[in-house]
Amino acid sequence: MDMMNDLTRLVSAFGPSGAEKEISQVIEELAQPYVDEISRDTLGNLICHKKGSGPKIMFSAHMDSIGLVATHIGEKGFVHVGALGGVDPKAILYTPVRFQNGTKGLVCRNLGVEVEKLKVTDLRIDIGAANREEAEKLIRVGDPAVYATPTEQMGNRVASPYLDDRIACLVLLMAMERLEETDNDLYFVFSVQEEVGTRGARTAAWAIAPDYGIAVDVTMADDQPDSKHAATALCGKGAAVKVMDRSLISSPALVEKLMALGEEKGIPVQRDVLQSGGTDAGPIQATRGGVCAGGISIPCRYIHSSTEMVDLDDVCACVNLVRAFAASKLEK
Amino acid sequence: MIETLKTLCCLSGPSSYEDQVRDYIRSRVEPYADSVRVDALGNLIVFKRGAKAAGNKLMLCAHMDEVGLIVKSVTDEGYLKFGCVGGIDRRILLGKRVTVGEKATPGVIGLKAIHLTTAEERKDVPKLSDLYIDIGAKDKDEALAQVELGDVCTFVSDAVEFGDRMLKAKAIDDRVGCAVMVKLLEEDLPIDCTFVFSTMEEVGTRGAFGAAFSVTPEVALVLEGTTSADIPALKPERQVCWPGKGPVLSWMDGGTIYDRELFQLLRDLAEQNGLPWQMKHYLSGGTDGQAIQRTKAGVRVTGLSAAVRYLHAPNSVCSITDAEQMLALARLFIRAMAER
Repeated sequence: MDMMNDLTRLVSAFGPSGAEKEISQVIEELAQPYVDEISRDTLGNLICHKKGSGPKIMFSAHMDSIGLVATHIGEKGFVHVGALGGVDPKAILYTPVRFQNGTKGLVCRNLGVEVEKLKVTDLRIDIGAANREEAEKLIRVGDPAVYATPTEQMGNRVASPYLDDRIACLVLLMAMERLEETDNDLYFVFSVQEEVGTRGARTAAWAIAPDYGIAVDVTMADDQPDSKHAATALCGKGAAVKVMDRSLISSPALVEKLMALGEEKGIPVQRDVLQSGGTDAGPIQATRGGVCAGGISIPCRYIHSSTEMVDLDDVCACVNLVRAFAASKLEK
Repeated sequence: MIETLKTLCCLSGPSSYEDQVRDYIRSRVEPYADSVRVDALGNLIVFKRGAKAAGNKLMLCAHMDEVGLIVKSVTDEGYLKFGCVGGIDRRILLGKRVTVGEKATPGVIGLKAIHLTTAEERKDVPKLSDLYIDIGAKDKDEALAQVELGDVCTFVSDAVEFGDRMLKAKAIDDRVGCAVMVKLLEEDLPIDCTFVFSTMEEVGTRGAFGAAFSVTPEVALVLEGTTSADIPALKPERQVCWPGKGPVLSWMDGGTIYDRELFQLLRDLAEQNGLPWQMKHYLSGGTDGQAIQRTKAGVRVTGLSAAVRYLHAPNSVCSITDAEQMLALARLFIRAMAER
């Protein structure tokens, strides 16, 4: 796999929450060589199965992204929007966007509202239409749009839209490519609708009924200027082992196991305590009679803006930690 | 249809006190059903065989409960302080009539007299904690002889047809969905259907959560009443949807992104059969769909709603034609499911 090439493919594939068809096809194609079976469930989760006779491990990386959705087309052709997931209206002003049919647009705002008080419903998308009639030929109410910002390497880091959570999709794909021999029964789930409330992982976890669940996601990097310290992970310091986020407190034994694996295999690891945001690990943990669950995360700056940033060494550390856990000896 | 809807709207059924509604629906549908059961959460689950056997594949769902009030304390003077069951805008409460508890004790929502208020107070809507229910009791003891803490209250409101085929009533959300399902149950169906009349939707889609788990359908159609705000003070993009413009097809709301393919199916069915349809132009609210969709390994959900003005208020307004078209479109949907 060519890392930057595949990452560019993954981040540019269309896949906002609820419309993950295109991204799931890209992932399916990339995953095909490495697993025994690929299926899709009712909600659209892509489930890649590498069969084994041992304990069942479910890794989950969500393939959906945040975005905007057209709710109304105004007389002058400006498109009114709603949020798909946690959209900060101030952070995406004047971001270029695109709809699935290729229609391009620019996020602008209702000038009657102060920027400080801006809500998502005050945003508009200018799609270059002269009026409503022209706009209605290009898009319809209910059509989602995604950020169309570029992907660039900067030093050892990469800046791109939708590293949340396509970078984790890449981590799983890279780990699948280089799996070690193991009896563990491995499920790699690319889940849907995480950004609107971890809805996909809930039903996938029910169907799989795993013994162990690991969400692979980005986590907030605590190294931005004047950071409020609502998180602990730092860019460049390795794979972040989830201790807790808003959706779960990881199984303590699993945290210790992942930290020990890092030590043993020489993989840089750091403990990750996140006080905002949830992950697929939450619904996986609470499935059926309960699942031993935790998370492996890539520290990420500027999460949910139109350009996020991660460190490539952290990405490799996460790949190696996923591989190590997938091949580790576990009790059923 | 309209008589059924009017009867249903006049019954009392705040969340988890849906007994009257459930008893009435049960009496109406039992002659047509193959099995009827009430589960632990109070959901009425009705199975009816159709021409094509499909087991539990298709589920329809409408909630029986409505918003209401609940008695939290009684003052020394015999007034009842209350909280809200479900989402209620306190602006609509002033001076409204209610009935309290199982005995349906009449009451009226009162407020400090105007001559006792300051100019400043008159500018704002009174806080919920300043409102009380007056049941005409002379003191606390007399009040407690009539009602108990925890008694729930229902708005008093009749069902009236007016204007251009419009209906004014309380609890149109979601007796309109219940009425559609009662009418469907009276018909010969092309495929097996499970009808869930759910409880506790207004306090967080709690009933449907249990019902969907026990039914485990593949596809669910949620029938609802949804908020409309087509009033003169609002710009079109804030009006959400419009009574009289046909059934509202669900695509996304605060709780669910609905199945895209089923949305398209409903839209095609409407267009092929000359029925109007509309979409909400503002994202708000939620339905039982959110609980049903995430049941077990997942359920494909879609929804049809009537646009309702003044939702959750004692006097809501909907279009009777919309309700009839909801029934027609639901019928077409069931037929399309049978043909798959």
